[in-house]
Amino acid sequence: MRLKLETRAEPSRLMGYLSPLFAAMLTVIAGFILFSALGKNPLQAFYTFFIYPVHDLNGFAELLLKASPLMLIAVGLACGYRANVWNIGAEGQLVLGAIFAGGVALYFHGSESGLILPTMVVAGAIGGMLWAAIPALLRTRFNTNEILVSLMLVYVANFLLSWLVHEPWRDPEGFNFPQSKQFTESALYPVLLPGTRLNVGFLISLAAVGAGYVFLNRSFLGFQMRVAGLADAAARYAGFNAHRMIWLGLLVGGAAAGVAGMGEVAGPIGQLLPSVSPGYGFAAIIVAFVGRLHPIGILLASLLMSLLYLGGEAAQMGLQLPSAMTGLFQGMLLFFLLGSDVFINYRVKVVRPPKVQVQLAQAAA
Amino acid sequence: MSSETTASAVIPRIELRGITKVYPAVVANKNVSLTALPGEIHAVLGENGAGKSTLMKIIYGVVKPDAGEVRWEGKRVIVANPAHARELGIGMVFQHFSLFETLTVVENVALGLPGKPELGELGRRITEVSERYGLPVDPRRLVHSLSVGERQRVEIIRCLLVNPKLLIMDEPTSVLTPQAVRKLFETLRQLSAEGCTILYISHKLDEIQELCTNATVLRGGEVTGHCDPRQETPKSMARMMIGKDLPHPQHGAAKTGEPRLVLAGLNRESPDPFGTDLKDMHLSVHSGEIVGIAGVSGNGQQELLAAISGEEPVSEKHPVILCGAEAGRMSPAARRELGLCFVPEERLGRGAVPRMSLADNALLTAHRRGFVTAGLIKFSAIAAFAASCIEAFNVKCGGPQSEAKSLSGGNLQKFIVGREIMQKPKVLVVAQPTWGVDVGAAAFIRQKIIDLRNEGVAILVLSEELDELFEVSDRLAVIAKGRLSPAKPIKETNVEEIGVWMSGMWPDAGDPAHFAQEGEHAAQA
Repeated sequence: MRLKLETRAEPSRLMGYLSPLFAAMLTVIAGFILFSALGKNPLQAFYTFFIYPVHDLNGFAELLLKASPLMLIAVGLACGYRANVWNIGAEGQLVLGAIFAGGVALYFHGSESGLILPTMVVAGAIGGMLWAAIPALLRTRFNTNEILVSLMLVYVANFLLSWLVHEPWRDPEGFNFPQSKQFTESALYPVLLPGTRLNVGFLISLAAVGAGYVFLNRSFLGFQMRVAGLADAAARYAGFNAHRMIWLGLLVGGAAAGVAGMGEVAGPIGQLLPSVSPGYGFAAIIVAFVGRLHPIGILLASLLMSLLYLGGEAAQMGLQLPSAMTGLFQGMLLFFLLGSDVFINYRVKVVRPPKVQVQLAQAAA
Repeated sequence: MSSETTASAVIPRIELRGITKVYPAVVANKNVSLTALPGEIHAVLGENGAGKSTLMKIIYGVVKPDAGEVRWEGKRVIVANPAHARELGIGMVFQHFSLFETLTVVENVALGLPGKPELGELGRRITEVSERYGLPVDPRRLVHSLSVGERQRVEIIRCLLVNPKLLIMDEPTSVLTPQAVRKLFETLRQLSAEGCTILYISHKLDEIQELCTNATVLRGGEVTGHCDPRQETPKSMARMMIGKDLPHPQHGAAKTGEPRLVLAGLNRESPDPFGTDLKDMHLSVHSGEIVGIAGVSGNGQQELLAAISGEEPVSEKHPVILCGAEAGRMSPAARRELGLCFVPEERLGRGAVPRMSLADNALLTAHRRGFVTAGLIKFSAIAAFAASCIEAFNVKCGGPQSEAKSLSGGNLQKFIVGREIMQKPKVLVVAQPTWGVDVGAAAFIRQKIIDLRNEGVAILVLSEELDELFEVSDRLAVIAKGRLSPAKPIKETNVEEIGVWMSGMWPDAGDPAHFAQEGEHAAQA
């Protein structure tokens, strides 16, 4: 007897929903094994990783705070991914958004105007879109691969930010640390829950999830993007403009990542630093897929991913585990998701030994 | 067992007993039995989806049966794979060729043989076999420079090199001109006289009647009858094949009006190195008429359709005129605005998105009929449109929310044709309207196309099935090597003439002045 993967007659809808749950479950199980192998009490480690971070209001606010950029970026990326436009460089677009928004904050430093914050949001979106426009232009003009271009631009963006905070934008009173001046009150998101760091950026992300839902599932443009993603030739046949899909997919993703970057510097960070994101742009790719490229799914997946970030931090402090823990859990989640996704299109079949077939053949004869 | 009595005199070359093959969604073969003697040309007759190809793949070792047995020259065998089948002496010519275009004929043949044959020696053997069976082909030529007929010869020669005792031909004539079909039949008869058994798969009844001495008829995966085709009429065989009589389309007199689709010197170089360049094409399709374009596939049909639909716009405006507007550079969307509707030959992936519902697939091209307001989709309206299309065109499916890929080829084609027709086009272009569609659905689709013509729509039909073109067209043109012949009224031509034209030889071929006259002539008609 052996097992064989067999194509399903049609993809299983149920498995589509169950697969992220399986992936989360397998991640937890693998985590148990991992903790045990590291000589930690797995139950205690599990508590430290998954429960302790959200055991009080502050922890819960942190969960939402970290989920905000993730869901915002993931919804933006999902627009492109639905059309098979693979923007892998949201991290770079996030950095450019932070730079543009930070530039506005620094330029108007000290001003009390209520227009600064909205200007920063717009500037952040523009920054992200400009960075995403580079792979869009190269793809539509020269048919370059947007995966590579957008990914490589992440490193360029990081160096650009690093240069800015080391040189022109460095805080003269900052003891030579590579960082900008602290933004003033008018350039910071107001806090939602007093005593926590949760800010208005969360509401912006929720609004983006709602807008993403309407765009992806209700609008004709979103429909066109889905068609382009599912069947390229059908999109051409129907007369949908393929270049417009690529531009739109990348620009929406870029704008979302840019606003997320703005939210980091106008929120928990409050200034420009050489690093403004713990890899939100990359983690959001996982969030988008775990969330099945659906805004509601993304909302839930972003909470899970945020918990992994918090858990990783707690594990560093409470269990003296290395910070690589966060990346490890993110990787496992994606790995198990991709593995479980196989069963959307395939099912396992038990192949009987050939003897049985002979008997069947004789019976039929 | 019953086979003992039938095999009393001669041992059958091949015998299938109770073959059953079940796929996840469909029973492809159910308890199928078939016996063919040495030297017999045995037809396997059935509509698309009747299970013919699966059965042949079982014999050739591509597919394993779930139940039943295969007997080869009286002995039970389990054909493990195609290499094993070839060892036994079974050769198969597939409907879709498996040749590498960038390799020569002899290299292609060498790839299919065991070991490393010496190419010079192999070339001589190819020439020898090709002369013996009247299959002329130069072993040194690159495959991409060969016509479809020549490619088929390469596939046949490849089988003949190993002296097969059984040759399986899967729909061999669908890619051939009528003249090439004659030549193929001579070769097959010669093989049969030498004792080779031939299993001949087709749904073309007249061919089977002419060639075969025995037939097994399949319907829905089951054997519905055996017959001697020479004793039957095409009508009686059709009844066995589809279970009822064939309806025949009604074709009234044409009332033609103004030209709606005009090709005025269409030139287009194909971006694909193995594609066909379009050269100086002239044609006009008037309101209220159906113009057919015949031709062997690969002669520029794809390129012509893409140039008309706008999927591959041409570099100038004037060569394509749609309802009076110069449309050569317009996008598909702009052309649809002018009243063009188009049914492409690939249904899944081009005409319809496989993983989307029928309602979504209706939206694909019908969205400009008021199904989008302020950028948002009106879901209930489009579902109602899809439902009415399903009803009017008799599409068998689970409803507007069924996925396109869950439909059979014929039903999806009915849906796509229906979707395009219900948009009330001014010009309808249909490619291969009934390819892979069962006979009943094909007749239905043809009738709908003719009804639309009677309502004054200009219709262009491209097809590889000559019978179909003669059935629906008012005028008929031929495409060959990227050129388009003049369109001749159907009553003034016949299959033989069109067959000659299909090899590129029509009067004044290549003389542009003649084409210009044709356009005027048609406009006066």
